[in-house]
Amino acid sequence: MVEIAQYSDTVMEHFMNPRNVGEIEDADGVGEVGNPVCGDMMTFYIKVDDGRLSDVKFKTFGCGAAIAVSSMVSEMAMGKTIDEALKITREDVADQLGGLPKQKMHCSNLGADALHKAIQDYQSKQKEKEAQHG
Amino acid sequence: MAEVYLDHYAATPVLAEVADAMRPYLTEDFGNPSSLHQRGDTAREALYAAREQVAALIGAQPEEITFVSGGTEANNTAVKGVSWAARRKGNHLVVSSVEHFSVLNAARTMAKFDFEMTEVGVDDYGMVDPEDVRAAIRDDTVLVSVMAANGEIGTVQRTADIAAVAREKGVPFHTDAVAAAGYIPLNVTDLGVDAMSIASDLLYGPKGAGALWVRKGLRLMPLLDGGIQEDGRRGGTENMPGIVGMGKAAELAARDLASRAEGLTALRDRLIKGLMETIPRLRLTGHPSTRLPWNASFLVEFIEGESMLLFLDQKGISVSSGSACTSRALKGSHVLTACDVPAELASGSILFSLGLENTPEDIDYVLESLPPIVERLRQMSPLYAKYLKEGGG
Ligand code: FES
Repeated sequence: MVEIAQYSDTVMEHFMNPRNVGEIEDADGVGEVGNPVCGDMMTFYIKVDDGRLSDVKFKTFGCGAAIAVSSMVSEMAMGKTIDEALKITREDVADQLGGLPKQKMHCSNLGADALHKAIQDYQSKQKEKEAQHG
Repeated sequence: MAEVYLDHYAATPVLAEVADAMRPYLTEDFGNPSSLHQRGDTAREALYAAREQVAALIGAQPEEITFVSGGTEANNTAVKGVSWAARRKGNHLVVSSVEHFSVLNAARTMAKFDFEMTEVGVDDYGMVDPEDVRAAIRDDTVLVSVMAANGEIGTVQRTADIAAVAREKGVPFHTDAVAAAGYIPLNVTDLGVDAMSIASDLLYGPKGAGALWVRKGLRLMPLLDGGIQEDGRRGGTENMPGIVGMGKAAELAARDLASRAEGLTALRDRLIKGLMETIPRLRLTGHPSTRLPWNASFLVEFIEGESMLLFLDQKGISVSSGSACTSRALKGSHVLTACDVPAELASGSILFSLGLENTPEDIDYVLESLPPIVERLRQMSPLYAKYLKEGGG
């Protein structure tokens, strides 16, 4: 009936000890994505200071790979500039995790997508602010 | 680390007595039952003895047993073989929507050719209503197939009532008893069924062996053409070690049925009660009382099955899940879907299939290990956060 994919040691390590789990109450940006393939969900929260991601947190409802991906994305994005963070791709995430089983590649999309969405949310909020102040 | 195996629906260990019975047929007693010399005689006798053992488990005649490679082949043979043989009478099949894929997809394959099929739905417990079967039967229906019990959710069907409907309508009735045989009493005469599938590997016998019982007089075309082994119902040299093992496993299952069922039911109820008491927002799947002794299956709200499995595996506990993420096709269990479980909830599926070697201590270890895992994953879950914000808990 089921089959658990073989995960790399890095994936298992992040899955067992995920970094940056949680929510940021006064987040500057929030990105929520759902996985159309299997119906899972990921939410990223970011805090931005001086153009850099000073804090990144996430919540994930999904498989082992989805949790490991969220954790890895949060680590990769932490302290990065907005531009650098926007350049993080799903392939980067999978590489950093020591690869993902083929049927789990779609879970890696979720991580980068949720992060980018949080950044876009931050950017559109910035624009609103500028418009108000301008 | 403790090792608690609770995935017997996937595989059972071969009992020592079964392995002992098989051993000679791998080595010195290697004969082919079709041979006309002494080695052939030995094999033939063993084959007949196994037929008797399997027949006894379900109250059938030995001649009506066809040995096959497992539950999947038994089901395929029943669905396709009976349909092909009855093609002149009609071309319509009725199956339930919670059937194992070896029935469901066999019927769907037939529907790609010259046949039509009707899938009868189930209630939220996964139970088929015999009246729905009656309504689905047409003049051109040549086979009804509804499982005796569902291994994923444990629900035991009203097999005798469904068989009675089919009989009244004059349509042959097959039941997939792979999950049920050896765990609940099954007597083909009392049930009034016409064909039944059984697998060896759920009975603590070897993998690669199964049996299809077909009532005398019901025509069946073989799935595998070849020699006239198995009375022409299945070509190919018999898998003697597997068949002998299955025979022994069936004999033991028949002998110990009552005590096995009692022991498993006690463990099952301990697990169900314990988890329901300690994990909030946990739902039992399948029928609460009319269920297989070995099945305890749940939906854990707000979290996903694979991540539960991985954490349990780290604790030495082996279970399975019907979640989309654990399936190769990334689709949630069709059984849960048929029971009207929303996709999001089906993600949290977890299935404990209990076995003979499990002890109350095993259950207590699960009761102690799972709640913190659930709590941990819920703390990570955006769905749980939403639920709490919306005033739950
Ligand atoms: S989140 Fe569903 S397979 Fe990864």
